[in-house]
Amino acid sequence: MSLLKDTRALMRRDQVFDFMLPPPDFEQPVDLSHGPILYLEDVSVSFDGFRALNRLNLAVDAGELRCIIGPNGAGKTTMMDAITGKTRADEGQIYFGQRIDLQKLSEYQIARGGIGRKFQKPTVFEALGVFENLELSLASDKSTWASLGFRLRPDQRDRMDEVLQLIGLGTQRDRQAGTLSHGQKQWLEIGMLLMQNPMVLLVDEPVAGMTAEETERTAELLTSLAGRHTVIVVEHDMAFVRSIARRVTVLHQGSVLAEGSMDRVSSDPRVIEVYLGEET
Amino acid sequence: MPESHGRVAACPGPELPLSMGLSVMMKRLLESLSAWVMLGAFIVPGVLWAESSVEEEPSDMALPLVDIQDMSAEIEPPAPDPEAVFAEQVDRLATGNLRERREMAEALVEGGHPRAGMILNALLEGRLLTTWSTPETPALIILQRGEDAPGRVEQAVTGEVLADGVPSGARAVPINNPMRNLLRDLAAMADMNHALPQRRILASERLMRGSLGPEQMALIESRLLVEEHPRVIDALEITQAVGLLRHEDAQVRLESLERLRGSLLAVVRSTVGAVAEQDPDPIVRQHAVETLEAIQTRIAFYRFTENLFFGLSLGSVLLLAALGLAITFGVMGVINMAHGELIMIGAYTTWFLQTLMPGNLTTALLLAIPAAFLISGLVGVAMERGIIQFLYGRPLETLLATFGLSLILQQAVRSLFSPLNQAVASPEWISGSLAVNPVLSLTWNRIYILIFALLVFLALLLILKRTTLGLKVRAVSQNRAMARSLGVRASWVDAMTFGLGAGIAGVAGVALAQLTNVGPNMGQSYIVDSFMVVVFGGVGNIWGTFVGALGLGVMTKFMEPFAGAVLAKIFVLIFIILFIQYRPRGLFPQKGRSAEA
Amino acid sequence: MLTRLLLSDRGGLIILALLTALIIYVPIGNLLLPADSPLHVSTFTVTLLGKFLCFALLALAIDLIWGYAGILSLGHGAFFGLGGYVMGMYLTRQIGDRGVYGHPELPDFMVFMNYDSLPWYWQGFDQFWFALLMVMLVPGLLALVFGWMAFRSRVSGVYFAIITQALVFALMLAFFRNEMGFGGNNGLTDFKDILGFDITARQTRVTLFVISGVCLIGAYLMCRFIITSRFGRVLVAIRDAESRTRFAGYQVESYKLWLFVFSAMLAGIAGALYVPQVGIINPGEFSPIASIEAVLWVAVGGRGSLFGAIIGAFSVNGAKTWFTTVYPEVWLFALGTLFVLVTLFLPRGIAGIFRTLGQWTSRKPKGDEQ
Ligand SMILES: Nc1ncnc2c1ncn2[C@@H]1O[C@H](COP(=O)(O)OP(=O)(O)OP(=O)(O)O)[C@@H](O)[C@H]1O
Ligand SMILES: [Mg+2]
Repeated sequence: MSLLKDTRALMRRDQVFDFMLPPPDFEQPVDLSHGPILYLEDVSVSFDGFRALNRLNLAVDAGELRCIIGPNGAGKTTMMDAITGKTRADEGQIYFGQRIDLQKLSEYQIARGGIGRKFQKPTVFEALGVFENLELSLASDKSTWASLGFRLRPDQRDRMDEVLQLIGLGTQRDRQAGTLSHGQKQWLEIGMLLMQNPMVLLVDEPVAGMTAEETERTAELLTSLAGRHTVIVVEHDMAFVRSIARRVTVLHQGSVLAEGSMDRVSSDPRVIEVYLGEET
Repeated sequence: MPESHGRVAACPGPELPLSMGLSVMMKRLLESLSAWVMLGAFIVPGVLWAESSVEEEPSDMALPLVDIQDMSAEIEPPAPDPEAVFAEQVDRLATGNLRERREMAEALVEGGHPRAGMILNALLEGRLLTTWSTPETPALIILQRGEDAPGRVEQAVTGEVLADGVPSGARAVPINNPMRNLLRDLAAMADMNHALPQRRILASERLMRGSLGPEQMALIESRLLVEEHPRVIDALEITQAVGLLRHEDAQVRLESLERLRGSLLAVVRSTVGAVAEQDPDPIVRQHAVETLEAIQTRIAFYRFTENLFFGLSLGSVLLLAALGLAITFGVMGVINMAHGELIMIGAYTTWFLQTLMPGNLTTALLLAIPAAFLISGLVGVAMERGIIQFLYGRPLETLLATFGLSLILQQAVRSLFSPLNQAVASPEWISGSLAVNPVLSLTWNRIYILIFALLVFLALLLILKRTTLGLKVRAVSQNRAMARSLGVRASWVDAMTFGLGAGIAGVAGVALAQLTNVGPNMGQSYIVDSFMVVVFGGVGNIWGTFVGALGLGVMTKFMEPFAGAVLAKIFVLIFIILFIQYRPRGLFPQKGRSAEA
Repeated sequence: MLTRLLLSDRGGLIILALLTALIIYVPIGNLLLPADSPLHVSTFTVTLLGKFLCFALLALAIDLIWGYAGILSLGHGAFFGLGGYVMGMYLTRQIGDRGVYGHPELPDFMVFMNYDSLPWYWQGFDQFWFALLMVMLVPGLLALVFGWMAFRSRVSGVYFAIITQALVFALMLAFFRNEMGFGGNNGLTDFKDILGFDITARQTRVTLFVISGVCLIGAYLMCRFIITSRFGRVLVAIRDAESRTRFAGYQVESYKLWLFVFSAMLAGIAGALYVPQVGIINPGEFSPIASIEAVLWVAVGGRGSLFGAIIGAFSVNGAKTWFTTVYPEVWLFALGTLFVLVTLFLPRGIAGIFRTLGQWTSRKPKGDEQ
């Protein structure tokens, strides 16, 4: 089967052979000359015949703060999986900037290229300390040999202290991450994301399990990140979305149902029907 | 030859040939399916035949005297007592000079005494013995029975058993070569009227190996007139056709060649081969070549069927060995290194019951099935309650604990019984083989084990799919905490599940005891294979185990003819390694997001 | 440097001290002290301890990948055995014409099987440096190919464990075949000397023992270096949250592969040191059960603490030796019970006792938690 596919790929005339393409060069700034930093076209993902993403189209501009909402099972997490390479799209195209075809890259390459991600269920390295969690995420040479001889530079150490303060874990730096509370883990994961210093942040349900005050702080943090970074947030907490949203995309059954400002979207009758409910 | 190329492709090699190998395997599976459908047509009459021979033969062997009395009662009136004449003839057959012996042999056939064929056969095979005659003691003529009743020594005339065996000084009645040829025909002719159809068939086949002169051809013809049994008619016609290959009319020879197409007998093949080379008529030679090819094709088909059967048989052994593990390891996630020892316990249960009731092999075997299930199952429950229940969620530690248990169980058996292997006897009906035709015979024990494995599999499937225990097992295996909170008594379910897996391992032991040695180390020879099967099929999927076991079995046996047993096994192992690269979660992976974590 | 390796590794320090003491004492006890002295160490004991050192090295190799990266290999005997066979080939070539058949070049079994010349893969093994190179290259290469395939396809957990078992099983069957040209069933044996020294001589034995000890200590320090570096933390991260590690920008496969190859080379060295001391290598080393046993040493000693692997190898093998000589009929009972009790009551193995005895470490060493 794969043989067949490969031969077909060789026959296509509209494309250069894969192996002749230069490897993606992340040292170069991502080519943003034509607008969007992240561009999904007709992306479909199916699991055993069930279409979790159905010809999804999405374009996110550099520096934007985009909120994505939608009912459970709409395909929000799957979309992030497809962008970060965890799940492969069956069809469609996913581009990072103009040049970089994300579907040709594996997870670690996408991460190194500048797309960071926070999982829906907070995942941190439980056996390691808070500080080490951040240290591992630090943007640096992450090859095997480099890791063997890695030493923290003073400026990197300062950056880490800074992030520790920011995520409110300054006093917990030696605690084992597995012993943190759910909300603290959420913060730690956001901190790890910051250490990676990515161009695009994909944040899946960041405020689940946070107190009202912390939610507010998260909102502040995310808004401050927008501009320098591109932030894509998935959230069910409508108050939170309302407080940060500039542009909102509503997903439903794997494709975009509506897109626009919060007000426009929340008055769309279809959105009210499938997601927001009447009272909103 | 092209066939063997296909098989080579199924062997090792990087990704590319692997997918090819897979398609070859699929093709082979399809082929084998159709082969089975066709085989069905051959087996059914074969079974009937084999059964009739099994049932009728013993009565013939056990009561030869009754036979004689019946016969003598029938032919009472004529003046010279036929028994006396018979005795006289036998006596002169054994002691007379060569010419006399030939005459007597012919006379015996003519007389049609039921023991005549047996005696002539014995003479032919050097089993007819005499002692020296002295004036006081006339020569004793002794018959050593052949394969039908090995070791039995009796008086040639009466069939009275000689308890002391062959007396010292007895020697075989000598025969020379011309006599041997004559005897071969005569013996066959004598058997031509035997009451058992199978003997008549054998006689006909023996005639085929003999001279097939006019006399024999006439006999065949006359027998064909009265014969009613279809298989015997078939055999007779083939013999006749072989005889007619020497007919001067080329047309007749062509017709008989046509008749011989269906036969698989080695004699037929060699005779047709001779015709293909030596016949004066080129057309006949040509036809003979074609006939030979047709026969070879059929033989190739049966060889294929045989391979398939061996493969399925090996597969059924793997299936039996692995099914229990598919539960304890596949469903429960316990890396159960003591699985082999649970099989061993089942095997020892069989052996123990046999020593308890030595005369009753069948009952012992049938009793052993539930007994082994219970005993191994109880050991399993004890293991689960005592040790494994503390280790859930730490699968790799179960490896350590169960390995320890396996050492303890092995040593326990060694100390309790003996470090040596024990002999487990098989009941009569399990030994022997089913001869479907001259080139294909299947041993009964393997057939039974195949059927048994399928039954065990079906039973297990029913338990898992149709009972509440099965439902709970599946619930607990998928999400322990959730199932518990819904009111499933997880600990009870665990114990029962483990017991079920262990019990099935025990039942497997009963069957495997029929094939191999029963000893303290027997478990170890199954453990690695069982893990391979379960992992190949996909952990947690009983159907995967089923397909995996049969698939690996068939694959091994198809490679064996040209790679040898060891290399075939190595290739299968390499295949598994490569296959897992291709499908990292086995043939039938468990679905869902939780499986990815 | 050394401080980084050994700081917060009190258990390791103790073990290293004990090993050093052993390496110093055993030669003295064997070569200098008279045989009737109570402190004398018999040559038999020297060889036995040397064997244990090799086992400890193998256990260390397994613990490195299992304890720190969660890669359970049930086939590390494959690398141990290959290292052993390479050394065995060198030693066989050293026999020269002193074999039973007196052939100047061919080993006895080849003469017996009517070879007329040395197979190509036996070339070069008369050179010690070449053999040494191969001791690491052969297991390393096998691990590289096998690991590359397996990790690339993301084979993990029990699936990985079982295919490593398939690997070692296939090797065993292959080496049992006479046609392989490695002496089949009997393997390679009847070695005469190594680098010109008589292999049965006391001095050679003691030297081999010392070399094994030094290798073990060296390997321990290297492993410590790996796990205390960022590499080690990446490993723990992979073990706990593989997919998160990928999204943090690490190429998980190459880390696993690097470690797997390194571990295979350690195992190969262990096998190479083992063979001259026991004087034979045969396909039995490839038996799947033998590989499982090696994993059990690690489990008993304490998975995830390097010194625990050494303790485990010594204690299980020590117990095995003691029981087989003193109570041969109960040793399986004892060993089995030991395994069961350790899992039930010492989930962190013997090394776990050390830790519970004194909560002295300022910071917990990484990778000790389940
Ligand atoms: N690995 C998988 N296997 C099978 N089905 C999957 C898999 N991943 C996702 N799905 C299905 O795809 C659909 C979309 O899932 P997804 O997690 O993207 O939803 P979501 O929008 O993130 O929902 P939520 O708001 O609950 O997080 C769901 O119906 C889910 O069952
Ligand atoms: Mg989601």
